[in-house]
Amino acid sequence: MNTNKEALQVSALCNGTVIDHIPADKLFAVVNLLDIPSMTTNVTIGYNLKSRKLGTKGLIKVADKFFTDEEVNRISLVAPNVVLNTIRDYQVVEKREVKMLDEIAGFVKCPNPKCVTNNEPMSTLFHLVDKESGTIKCHYCEKETNIENITLL
Amino acid sequence: MENRSLVSINDLSREKILSLLETAGKFEENPNRRLLAGKVIGSLFFEPSTRTRLSFETAANRLGARVIGFSDAATSSASKGETLKDTIMMVSNYADLIVMRHHLEGAARYASEISPCPVINAGDGANQHPSQTMLDLYSILKTQGTLENLHIHLVGDLKYGRTIHSLLYAMRHFNPTFHFISPEELHMPEEYRIFCRENNIPFTETTEFNEEIIAEADILYMTRVQRERFSDLMEYEKVKNCYRLTNAMLANSKPNLRILHPLPRVNEIAYDVDDNPKAYYFQQAQNGLYVREALICDVLGIDVE
Repeated sequence: MNTNKEALQVSALCNGTVIDHIPADKLFAVVNLLDIPSMTTNVTIGYNLKSRKLGTKGLIKVADKFFTDEEVNRISLVAPNVVLNTIRDYQVVEKREVKMLDEIAGFVKCPNPKCVTNNEPMSTLFHLVDKESGTIKCHYCEKETNIENITLL
Repeated sequence: MENRSLVSINDLSREKILSLLETAGKFEENPNRRLLAGKVIGSLFFEPSTRTRLSFETAANRLGARVIGFSDAATSSASKGETLKDTIMMVSNYADLIVMRHHLEGAARYASEISPCPVINAGDGANQHPSQTMLDLYSILKTQGTLENLHIHLVGDLKYGRTIHSLLYAMRHFNPTFHFISPEELHMPEEYRIFCRENNIPFTETTEFNEEIIAEADILYMTRVQRERFSDLMEYEKVKNCYRLTNAMLANSKPNLRILHPLPRVNEIAYDVDDNPKAYYFQQAQNGLYVREALICDVLGIDVE
């Protein structure tokens, strides 16, 4: 399989997750969303790899780590077409596509400086308004924003 | 327990709005009903708002409740750096209901989520001020006999006017036709025009404000064009008197026309309009009392006979 071959170009993974088809310019956002810098297992990050679909792409391989749906779906905010391959004993045992979240809790900053979430010690919460355009709405100040313009907490 | 807080007009269904307005009508017939004897209402005004605070506190008093609270954040422990959460948790130990005005947008939603007692939003920054919208609706219903199929002319600052935006959302249930009348700089924001299109609400837009345009109106909702909203002060000087209503401009208006204004007024309505029976802004403010009595009873789950 093509994905396997590409994965092997970087290095073989015994058990863990390969996150593929990340648009190159979103790679580091995905790295932060998945909190990769705090991981202690073996991580390989591929940047500007050749891709037939995307031109250039990013790829992340994390050993001995299997992401929860909640963690996976966080990625949808910046890179909605990413594929996650779960690897066990060098084989892809599952392919998962990320899903756009209906509710985005705790990791996106509200762009409105007068929003209560930017001024009180509390979590943020957004609702997905329009999937196509990527419009989300702050649960608190009710201001809408586009996921292109978000800042992560 | 179901959270009965009132945070945003957008949370209210058509049925709920109509039922609240009916209750407000009962309070207009008799505003003094001791339905809240023995209750304590926390009136937390983190920013000053004399008009809204007095209206809510009068409503509480006429219902027989006692009121605790503050009228300025400087006299509360917020000035010592206490978080909103801590203030709300503390006051909810004492009060059966919190009425809150706060300068931060979303503060009321947050308070309603953490408070064990219900919260009424008395304005959260530029976001929501549902009791103002309810009194606007009450005034429209009372003067027109219906909320349905009306021509509503919104005049002045349509860009920043919170009352304008909330009224627009609330009226979506009642098949209105809107007329947006404002200077270029203070045009209705695109999101509200999209909202109108999505909800099949017809609207017109113009920068002209004259006798001819007023002649079609059932409701003329005036707002203040504020100097500080303009990046170009030359522009302000040019338009500041264009959106000023004078009595002469009402010569050809419909007999049922009423003029509303959220107040305070500066010079956008000439004093000679005040004596015209179509001027309704002072009664509009008075209606706030009946509406707020109805809202307080509703969030506390008290039936009004």
